[in-house]
Amino acid sequence: MNRSGSSLTPWLLLLPAMVLLVGFTQYPAVATIWHSFFYTPRGGNPPDFAGLDNYAAMIADPVFWQALKNNLWFALGTIPVSIALAITMALWVSDRVAGRGLLRLAYFTPTVLPMIAVANIWLFFYTPQYGLLEQVTQAIGLPSHNWLGSPDTVLGAIIVVGIWKEAGFFMIFYLAALQQISPTLAEAAGLEGASRWQYFWRVQFPLLMPTTLFVLINALINSFRLVDHIFVMTRGGPNNASSLLLYYIYEVGFSFWDSGYAAALTVVLLAMLAVVALVKFRFLDRRTHYQ
Amino acid sequence: MRRFVLKSLAAAGIAAALAGLPAMSAQAVEISLYYPVAVGGPVTKVIDSMVSDFEKENPDITVKAVYAGTYQESIVKALTAHKSGTPPTLAVLLSTDLFTLIDENAIVPVDPLATSAGDKEWLAGFYPGFMENSQTGGKTWGVPFQRSTIVMFWNKELFKDAGLDPERAPDTWDEMVEAAKKLTRKDANGNVTQWGVKIPSTGFGYWMFQGMTTPNDTLLMNSAGTETYFDKPAAVQALQNWVDLTARHKVSPSGVIEWGTTPKDFMERKAAMVWTTTGNLANLRANAGFPFGVAMLPAQKKRGSPTGGGNFYIFSKTTPEQQQAAMKFIRWATEPERAAQWSIATGYVATRPDAWETATMKQYLQEVPAAGVARDQLQYAVAELSTHDNQRVTKALNDNIQAALSGTKTPEAALQDAQREADRILRRYRK
Repeated sequence: MNRSGSSLTPWLLLLPAMVLLVGFTQYPAVATIWHSFFYTPRGGNPPDFAGLDNYAAMIADPVFWQALKNNLWFALGTIPVSIALAITMALWVSDRVAGRGLLRLAYFTPTVLPMIAVANIWLFFYTPQYGLLEQVTQAIGLPSHNWLGSPDTVLGAIIVVGIWKEAGFFMIFYLAALQQISPTLAEAAGLEGASRWQYFWRVQFPLLMPTTLFVLINALINSFRLVDHIFVMTRGGPNNASSLLLYYIYEVGFSFWDSGYAAALTVVLLAMLAVVALVKFRFLDRRTHYQ
Repeated sequence: MRRFVLKSLAAAGIAAALAGLPAMSAQAVEISLYYPVAVGGPVTKVIDSMVSDFEKENPDITVKAVYAGTYQESIVKALTAHKSGTPPTLAVLLSTDLFTLIDENAIVPVDPLATSAGDKEWLAGFYPGFMENSQTGGKTWGVPFQRSTIVMFWNKELFKDAGLDPERAPDTWDEMVEAAKKLTRKDANGNVTQWGVKIPSTGFGYWMFQGMTTPNDTLLMNSAGTETYFDKPAAVQALQNWVDLTARHKVSPSGVIEWGTTPKDFMERKAAMVWTTTGNLANLRANAGFPFGVAMLPAQKKRGSPTGGGNFYIFSKTTPEQQQAAMKFIRWATEPERAAQWSIATGYVATRPDAWETATMKQYLQEVPAAGVARDQLQYAVAELSTHDNQRVTKALNDNIQAALSGTKTPEAALQDAQREADRILRRYRK
């Protein structure tokens, strides 16, 4: 009696979380994989089995490859820079500088703002002729440029927005991690005659490794997840030059109403994120030095 | 005791609800209306007052009006609701969504609902230009409501400064190019401070393109929505002209021009002429700090513009009573007097000739003669690009127009690519 009660309790405790996870995460993921093997149902008819047709269409779809390529560049452009910026800002505001609270607040503000608001601010920055950026470049006599309207610069322009948005968020983690490093290490390094750079590179950076790993994974996931600004700023244009994978999925799903193909695209995104998670749990966790 | 109280309360509630239901449906019909806001101005307020006026006159019908976002968001909401079995009774969606809605079995034709002689007469009273996007296969599926065409706005002050006649807009494409050359101004560093003309190319690039292909005497699709003619020589020529505005004449900025900021560019005097929807008229009238004019699009071989904007649609999966009530509302909302008020409040073109005959409209036309331009252009108007799987075909054309405008493809290659993609998409509708 007592026994069965005690084995039931943990399940009961798990139940609320499990219902939510299964209902909103596991079931939709599995259903998406299932739907990706069917054509999109039209006009209330049951869907026809498609086999791997949706995937074959994907391989032949130049826009998919373009979006994937853009997304990899977006990740490559945002992650290293925003992490480097985050560390620099964290080192800067963890020291006792004047107006520290204000500085921290300033660096963190972009994170608090909703992405749609951020995108609108940047839309104004980039507007040709009377946008902020244009006013500056015109004042110093540089040629005018249509940043969001030209396929050569549009991806760079939205990468900058991504960095601006992310760096402050990652700074918070580094700031917390820096507070954990014992001050005795700094004193010891000082006694040994280590320079500021040596102390950072040999002591602080290795000790920050677990944070860097955490931030890296988050940044990688975010680079596939952040698309709100695309809606406001470019809608994927010009000619798909700023289309990211998730944005393309939305377009296929809710503009073209091709749910079968959208499911196949989603499976690719799921698989990529699963690989990221796997790499973290299997390899990186083992190689990182935790205190 | 407490439990008993709760139980009896619940039972009483259910009984009341059950008793209420049949009584309600016999007395009042409730219909829902999804509508988008796509232009500046207090559109929500106008709709709300329209609904309350209608309810006052028709106490047996309640209308639940739901603001559903942009056109794109509205169709997402309406179709998602349709697929889950609880669609709105009535929605204002793009006239070009016609084939998408038919293919999803989401809407019902309106002619069987317009039964009385009065109804039939009313339905026949819309401008034929607007009905082109509302009818296919011999049936009427949508009723024109907030409709527009493309017009060219020009800044009279800047025209005067450039030594042009401020009261006369360029009449032909060549005249427009010549005027634009005079209107393009540079500062000491060689940076352009004022562009001659801006034709937006994001979002509605295909629509603007139709404003060039139609005068060039070529159509982009058939009325059954199964064929497109993107790569016809006249269409290639039209796109070449557009590209030349930047590449050859340098009277328009390079790259893609944002649809949303074009009216703002005009108000900021950064562009002396802009092409945009007539729906922006009320907005510009309120906010432009200079006199401006409204002109028909410049003629080439002839005049022409596509129509645009939104229609009323009645959804399937609703009761016959609701559909009848919806029909009543549509007719009420498009009566001449109300069509006139709606046109004045928003800048959309009043959809019926008899609306232009009302006293309200005549007085408004005297104050703002520019409002009549869109109506006069209607006789040259063609249907907006609309095919089966519309959004996908439109995107193929939009993307390739943008590629041509940003110089990555020649106009000919771009339109051939667009046509090939459209053929691939439309193949299964041609049986």
